[in-house]
Amino acid sequence: MNTLAFLASLLPAVGAAVTFAGGRDLRHVKFWSTVPVGAAFVLALLVALDHGTGGTTTRTYSLGTAGGFHVEIGTRVSGLAALTAVLVTAVALCVQAYSTSYLGGEPRYASYAALISLFTAAMLTVVYAADLVVLLVGWEIMGVCSYFLIGHYWEKPEARGASIKAFLMTKTGDVPFLFGIISLGVQAKSFQVNAVLAAAESDTLHHPAWIASLLLCGVLGKSAQFPLHSWLPDAMAGPTPISALIHAATMVAAGIYLVALLYPVFVLAPDVLVAMAVIAAITMCGAALCALAQTDVKKILAYSTVSQLAYMLGGMAVGARSQAMYLLLVHGAFKALLFLAAGVVIHRVGSNELSAMGGLRFRMPITYGSMTIGLLALAGIPPFSGFFGKEGVLGAAYDASGEFAAPGKIVLIFGLLTAGVTAAYSLRLWLGMFHGPFPDAPHEHEARVEAPQTELVPLMLLAIPAAALGLVVLFGSSFSQAIGGWYGEAGATAASLWPSGITTLLSLLFVAGFGGLTFLTWRRDEQADPAVALLGPARVVLLNGFYFDELIDRGLVRPARAAARLVAFLDANVLDAYVRGSGVGARGLGTMLRRLQTGSVQFYLTCLFLGVVIMAAVYAYVGTVS
Amino acid sequence: MHAVYPLVLGALLFAIGLYGVLARRSAIAVLMAIELLLNAVTLNLVSFGAILRDQYGMGQIFTLFIITIAAAETGLGLAIVLLLYRQRATADLGEQRELAEPVERFDADELLFSGETRGRGAAS
Repeated sequence: MNTLAFLASLLPAVGAAVTFAGGRDLRHVKFWSTVPVGAAFVLALLVALDHGTGGTTTRTYSLGTAGGFHVEIGTRVSGLAALTAVLVTAVALCVQAYSTSYLGGEPRYASYAALISLFTAAMLTVVYAADLVVLLVGWEIMGVCSYFLIGHYWEKPEARGASIKAFLMTKTGDVPFLFGIISLGVQAKSFQVNAVLAAAESDTLHHPAWIASLLLCGVLGKSAQFPLHSWLPDAMAGPTPISALIHAATMVAAGIYLVALLYPVFVLAPDVLVAMAVIAAITMCGAALCALAQTDVKKILAYSTVSQLAYMLGGMAVGARSQAMYLLLVHGAFKALLFLAAGVVIHRVGSNELSAMGGLRFRMPITYGSMTIGLLALAGIPPFSGFFGKEGVLGAAYDASGEFAAPGKIVLIFGLLTAGVTAAYSLRLWLGMFHGPFPDAPHEHEARVEAPQTELVPLMLLAIPAAALGLVVLFGSSFSQAIGGWYGEAGATAASLWPSGITTLLSLLFVAGFGGLTFLTWRRDEQADPAVALLGPARVVLLNGFYFDELIDRGLVRPARAAARLVAFLDANVLDAYVRGSGVGARGLGTMLRRLQTGSVQFYLTCLFLGVVIMAAVYAYVGTVS
Repeated sequence: MHAVYPLVLGALLFAIGLYGVLARRSAIAVLMAIELLLNAVTLNLVSFGAILRDQYGMGQIFTLFIITIAAAETGLGLAIVLLLYRQRATADLGEQRELAEPVERFDADELLFSGETRGRGAAS
């Protein structure tokens, strides 16, 4: 089983290598980009089925020592890893299949497909890692892949900017994360995940709050949470399938996965859990409000991802590890679906703007159907998967007691509010794209017809889990048992995902209230954007993401640039002046000495004679003295 | 005879020769002054050989060597002077200044930053 898991993470990497090495022929590229990922999906499924419920199996091979520490390559299959890997490979396979026609005609398709495969391999490395150092390697490869993929259209300045921004912001979190990993490994005396977890469970870690907050920084960067969130909406400059991959399966999921993996470490630090809850509350509410104001379809979905990830982080903060992971899985399914469906619409319409769309429900029935399922799941309408994910987190926040009571209150209040706003922006997106009048803006794609099969089949496949993953709650606590209970170990208390009582009622009330308000606003004027009437003057602020980027620009970017200019000035005019001065000084001295070089032989001889006389005098003087 | 006479004579000869070498402009005169220098040295060698009662006669042997070398040197020197005169129509050593390089103008402005050498590291 561990061998299968290892193969699953190796195959996409091999596919990436082959595509990189010789991918010029389009059919060859398509084969090597989809088949290894498909095989990895099958292997991940086999691993998950074979693993069953509970327990972990680890098999490692020594890779070498690093300063007294042993680094081991290998796989650690737990219920958490097995299920996450299935999600990752399933979404990656859908994205690769979708990309064959979506980007198949583009000149840089080969490198794009190879990077997606590499991205998948890196995520699988993180998921199956048995060693924190190996996990870190996968973590960083993902960072590089996201940089390249976001900057896929590097001709466009905003894509270049977005890729650099994504890289810098995630790296800002990754530096403390690295220190967190190191201190974790040093204190547990091993980088093995099992050893680290054992050390955390036996409470032998010193300063767990420091370690947890350092790790949290990396999670905030990767999962795009509050201070480091703004790279994700900008990352929309990349191709749409990439957004589906980053938002659903790889990159952002890695942060939440890491919290779930090292959950015992976080539980040791209640203060960090409160900080996590506050960050999650700010992010989920702020991002949902931003999503309500955006006019770019992809940015709406991006802010929605940020908001949903904050839900998961909030779930982690209140001790609802199982519920948060469940939300991660269902969110992966429906968010990939939403992005791929939005990509279809964007390709046919030729614009990202919501105002350029409308009335598409008859022209693109399959896209319409699948997108509707995805949005219903996102908004948390009862029979769909997203409802149960959201309810699980809210229910756990309501029931939270002991050290989780304080974060529980924060998450509950903001979570209910966010549930309402989520319903509002989902409804606005749905109405704006598929309903209402057909905008008569002139554009090049006159024929708005349904997309090719390769793009629709992934949509239909993803619609199934988006709609039906809610069935998992029928099995009560078995999902929770499979991923290791609330604490991440076999036999730990398992949580039931069944929605309970009062929070469900409240959140449905919020959903109905906000959704109804949006619908009524839309009904008054079907051509106008409901956000304009709903948000009023706050809309411009939200459209710009609370001017957070402006703040970063004022607070960090401009001072950094000014410092860079100062350094350049000092370098050019002070440091280099010394260097140039040594050269000029030597030449000046040489010029002075050169005045003695008159060319007159007799003058030279005179100097020679004087020198001899002086030497003789000195010699005579020294002789008399001594 | 007191040993100081030949030594003083040698010193006087050396001084005259030195003056001739360093101060005279004519190449021929300089050659002659070099001969004076050599003779001053040979005189000293012979005197010290006598004063120190050199039983091997090293001073006299060296003197013979120097006379021979001086003859050869004068021959070479005269040949050079002849060539010099043929080429330049003068034997004035004061005008032979080709060995001098022209003195370069030194400018303190070179210490300052000039825009053309601006490095890639400078912020744009």
